[in-house]
Amino acid sequence: MIFKETLRQTRATYCLDCGKCTGSCPVSRVDVTYSPRSTIERVLAGRPEDLMDNRHLWSCLTCGLCTTRCPSDVDYPAFVVAARIEARQASQEGTYAHNAVMQQLMSIMGQSVKQKRTGWVTDDLQTATQGEDFYFVGCAPYFDVIFADLGVVSTDVARDAVRLMNRIGITPVVSDDERCCGADLLLNGDEDGFRRLAEINVQVIAESGAKRVIFACPEGYNAFRSDYPRYVGPLPFETIHLTELLAEHLDDLELGELAESVTYHDPCRLGRYQGLYDEPRELIQATGAGLVEMRKNRAQALCCGSTGWVNCGQCAKGIQMTRLRQAQDTGADRMITACPKCRIHLSCALKDAGDEIGVKLEDLARLLVRAMAIE
Amino acid sequence: MTEFQPRIVVFACNWCSYAGADLAGVSRMQYPPTTRVIRLMCSGRVQPGFILEAFNLGADGVLVTGCHPGDCHYISGNENAVVTVEKTEKLLQLLGIETERLRLEWISAAEGARFARIMTEFTGQIRDLGPSPLDNSHHEEVSLADANVMHKT
Repeated sequence: MIFKETLRQTRATYCLDCGKCTGSCPVSRVDVTYSPRSTIERVLAGRPEDLMDNRHLWSCLTCGLCTTRCPSDVDYPAFVVAARIEARQASQEGTYAHNAVMQQLMSIMGQSVKQKRTGWVTDDLQTATQGEDFYFVGCAPYFDVIFADLGVVSTDVARDAVRLMNRIGITPVVSDDERCCGADLLLNGDEDGFRRLAEINVQVIAESGAKRVIFACPEGYNAFRSDYPRYVGPLPFETIHLTELLAEHLDDLELGELAESVTYHDPCRLGRYQGLYDEPRELIQATGAGLVEMRKNRAQALCCGSTGWVNCGQCAKGIQMTRLRQAQDTGADRMITACPKCRIHLSCALKDAGDEIGVKLEDLARLLVRAMAIE
Repeated sequence: MTEFQPRIVVFACNWCSYAGADLAGVSRMQYPPTTRVIRLMCSGRVQPGFILEAFNLGADGVLVTGCHPGDCHYISGNENAVVTVEKTEKLLQLLGIETERLRLEWISAAEGARFARIMTEFTGQIRDLGPSPLDNSHHEEVSLADANVMHKT
């Protein structure tokens, strides 16, 4: 049992039993039988086996909202991931969404495949095969196939991201050999699968001669910054999120003025995990679009309701609807996201909601490209 | 050198194709022993995740079989199978796995001969393509533990 070590590392032994975590948890709000507090208490009481065959082990979104409010700074998401690693070794798994197609794709990418994933690159985009800047695209080409019926085109974000990079004078490397970042495998407790993908990605990027890797997806960004060094050692390149990069080059973007109001949804990995709250907002304000904040924003932002492609159901939908209503309450025309997964999850809820919610979803990159097109 | 023996996973629906396989069997029709048949209630139950799992675990080819259009026991399940297979073909393209390794065929309960013929034909097609590009394809045996890795879908 690694639990003793985990309890210490994640500061779970300092738990006061105050219940702030459960009061904050978006899952507990929809499903009253879930409680981060009692999960930790049971392990502290010497019954970790209670957790191992508990379906709630897979309910946590690892959104980290509880941790921001915990008076003892217990790292609950890290505790959950450690417990999942343990549970997986005992052949326990969550209920995978989409019949585990994502998990299968990630697992296959850990083998020696020759992918053809750069078909999204259109003629108007300048990309390279070798160079200083590598654009880590992530799973967008696969999402396009899987979520075609939602009408969400994730590679639009990739194209827009390259357009924005081109505008500030960057010709990024895009590679067919890039793999999924593996963040979701780690969230599912699959350390070996994660390490395999991390090793291949680091090698592919190093071989391209890149000194800097640019991410448009917060999940990949967070995985490279927080998890890769722990599994494959220090990275031989810098990592930067597109919003950070663009915020540094705001003048070069030459944005026009948009006449509309928007609200911004903070992705958990970009906000609470990596602390990038201001850069996306600076960019939005630079477009002239009026930014109206939702009731829950920045570190208090509500998760999009689903992570790790696991345990998606009524609970996820409930959280998503709450978030969409928060967006609607702002009266904004659009809800801007900076994460392809948030966009997919919220689009799914939006589709189900029908006419009830009158907010349009848009990726930040698209908003910027629209502003860029204005002379 | 011995001839390459592909491993082919066949998803067969309970009402038509599996019965077609049965008929091929009881009629003692010959076809290569390269197939592993998995019975489902309907071809509509097949999901991209299932097909990818078969390839992931080392299949060299996957055949999805169901009732002829209009004959589905559940009216339109086989129409879902068409969508699934088209979707999976696109995923295979992205992964760099030849789409010829995946095939969709309609086989009725009365078509034992057709079942045997398709198995022979598809085996030949996979033989020409050679082993799947995935590493697991070359493993002699996939352990039960591996096969159980993703059983809860």
